[in-house]
Amino acid sequence: MGRKLLLEKAHVEGIRHYDVYRREGGYRSVEKVLKTMSPEAVVEEVKKSGLRGRGGAGFPTGMKWSFLAKPEGVPRYLVVNADESEPGTFKDRYLMEFIPHLLIEGMICASYALGSNTSYIYIRGEYWWVKEILEVAVQEARNAGFLGKNILGSGFDCDIFVQPGAGAYICGEETALIESLEGKRGNPRIKPPFPAVKGLWGCPTVVNNVESIAAVVPIVNDGGEEYAKLGTGKSTGTKLISACGNINKPGVYEIEMNISVEEFIYSDEYCGGIANGKKLKACIPGGSSVPILPANLLLKTAKGESRMMTYESLSDGGFATGTMMGSGGFIVMDEDQCVVKHTYTLARFYRHESCGQCSPCREGTGWMEKILLKIDQGKGSMSDIDLLWDIQRKIEGNTICPLGDAAAWPVAAAIRHFRDEFEWHVTNPSEAVVRNYGLANYAKPLEVATPA
Amino acid sequence: MAEEKKLFKVTIDNITIDVEPGTSILNAARQIGGDVTPPAMCYYSKLKDSGGKCRTCLVEVAAGSTADPRPMPKLVASCRTNVMDGMVVKNITSDRVTDARNGVVEFLLINHPLDCPICDQAGECHLQDLSYEHGKGASRYEFKRRTFDKHELGPYIQLHMTRCILCYRCVYTADQVSNERRHGILSRGDHAEIATYIEKSLDNDFIGNVIDVCPVGALTDKTFRFKNRVWFTKPVDAHCKCDKCSGEVQLWMRGDEVLRVTARKDEWGEVKDTTKGEPGWICNTCRFERKKISDWVIEGPTQVNRHSVISQGHYVGVKKPHETIAKVMGGRDPKLLMNIKDVSEVNQVELSELKGPATSESFKQLKKGN
Repeated sequence: MGRKLLLEKAHVEGIRHYDVYRREGGYRSVEKVLKTMSPEAVVEEVKKSGLRGRGGAGFPTGMKWSFLAKPEGVPRYLVVNADESEPGTFKDRYLMEFIPHLLIEGMICASYALGSNTSYIYIRGEYWWVKEILEVAVQEARNAGFLGKNILGSGFDCDIFVQPGAGAYICGEETALIESLEGKRGNPRIKPPFPAVKGLWGCPTVVNNVESIAAVVPIVNDGGEEYAKLGTGKSTGTKLISACGNINKPGVYEIEMNISVEEFIYSDEYCGGIANGKKLKACIPGGSSVPILPANLLLKTAKGESRMMTYESLSDGGFATGTMMGSGGFIVMDEDQCVVKHTYTLARFYRHESCGQCSPCREGTGWMEKILLKIDQGKGSMSDIDLLWDIQRKIEGNTICPLGDAAAWPVAAAIRHFRDEFEWHVTNPSEAVVRNYGLANYAKPLEVATPA
Repeated sequence: MAEEKKLFKVTIDNITIDVEPGTSILNAARQIGGDVTPPAMCYYSKLKDSGGKCRTCLVEVAAGSTADPRPMPKLVASCRTNVMDGMVVKNITSDRVTDARNGVVEFLLINHPLDCPICDQAGECHLQDLSYEHGKGASRYEFKRRTFDKHELGPYIQLHMTRCILCYRCVYTADQVSNERRHGILSRGDHAEIATYIEKSLDNDFIGNVIDVCPVGALTDKTFRFKNRVWFTKPVDAHCKCDKCSGEVQLWMRGDEVLRVTARKDEWGEVKDTTKGEPGWICNTCRFERKKISDWVIEGPTQVNRHSVISQGHYVGVKKPHETIAKVMGGRDPKLLMNIKDVSEVNQVELSELKGPATSESFKQLKKGN
């Protein structure tokens, strides 16, 4: 059983409220930070921990903090990105719903480190009940003197506001989030300037994921070096994985990043194997926008090593034979699932969520959706598959924000790994509408090239 | 200021130029001119914050600067990326750029109605120019094009949402040039549209300028609607005394009739500066009300680029386009497979060097000269 840092106490009765949270050792880190550490020391500690952003890109959090511009007389802001809208990802909701004070505690520490006197939680509109939980928690922290003016007599002021969005996926992109927080239309900004220089209301801003900020608490409590001992290599600490799909035990799991993907799917401690005794066909290990992998490539890398639940191992082989850790939305598909239909569903999602600002994404996502629907309905042709490939290639990398990439990658990966299934849909249209292609050869052991 | 400003040296398609720090790649390329200038559908130099959206101006940065000569991994939007000292940019010499631009043009066209034969913008449409230069012969799109509900924008401005490419220029114009903005972008993604939320007409003094900034035929002049094709009209520069604007305009005439009034445009299709050096936005009265020739003092015909379709009825004041290809190719001038002048007996005339229209006389004279 791996160590738990974030969700260890999540199921203590009443931990949602301040009294219980405090009794269980909460807000120790705030005391430690405000009384014994300088802001620079906190940043240094986070750097030492090797914590990587948990929102998807995996950018080192300490590094991000040290990039923050610090001009005189200009306020700085910390914004917590709780706009968790990626299909398949629901880890932040769990954390905020069950143990909201952990996030607030982490935010106070991070605000102190960054010098932010006003910090925001931007939460997606659909999480309205979580917003209410957070607001209660913020008020409790304020009453207990952990928020407001001169916290614990240290002279540091900090307040936290919870701002709900209106439910747009694009507002999870940091610059679109900032625009939305300013009360404008949630269109991503053109970078540079980056938010670390010009963010919220033109001031230096750090936007971090909920889980990254929550992880600051154990880092401060135990020290960065202690935190870095968990996990493997550059993937330090623990990660929340929200597992869903055809598994026996869907849910949010906190894993130490040193277990294999096979263990995560089949062990009783985690997902508990594929439901109904079916076989594993494919998996999207990091939320809908990361490339899908067939079973054989998921469990073993192209080199024949077993794949681990770490940032490095999951992206081993690049996009040709690997995928990404992403935000940790682990979607498992069994042999009864149709990859074409699945890809269509994702394309429909991205078409609907594109902000419409730049042309490749606005026009390309809709086009891909239409072609995928056509193939799924058995009306496609072979040239449609090549056309799809060409469209995704022309969207990827040519857009303002990463939504274009996120829309292109799942389509690219589906064609790359499951082309025979697409072709079967084209050549057997009447069969394709009544039954699925099945497992085919996607779970067959990989051919490992013999060393010359 | 005697102090000399340090200029940045930037190389675009093998042509080096010194520009002021803070210039965007696109503006540096415009200083060179000709083929190395990336096309821009959404960027408008007179509108703050415009650009970055259409992605037609993508270029490859082969070396970031002298200090950090690493190439940029992704193509960058040249309108919103500033030059650095020693930057090396590839535009038409990069296959990646050509490929990406082809893609963008295709994306822009898949939902465009292509109703050029009945569109008032035809002939001066940036999307036409763009697809002529960078597009493919046929579209691979085989689905129904998207359509919109009609929106009425008042007595002067006609909105055709199906033609819109969502460049946001008209939104910025209303914000920055006119007193009040009543229209904006509604909805999201491919169903986003320009509209007034509650049907309102756009009627403040400078709102007519949205017609001039629109790169396509989405916003057109109702007083000129279906009156004529632009290439049958002749643009002349004219001015009048106007208390709202500079009064410096371009009249589009046929015979003695003033069919349309617009602001004067430069070679990039943007509103020119006035003689006083201010942006030449014109007011609604000049644009829509003064349609009599007696309202105006005519200065003379507008200079038109020889590549433009509008030059087809003109023989005087035609500008020779700026050619840069030889420089891009490092001095090597690409030759046609066969030069018509080598075999033709009559076609020995450099038409662009003639002053005024070519007549049979000019051919005869040249023949004598041989």
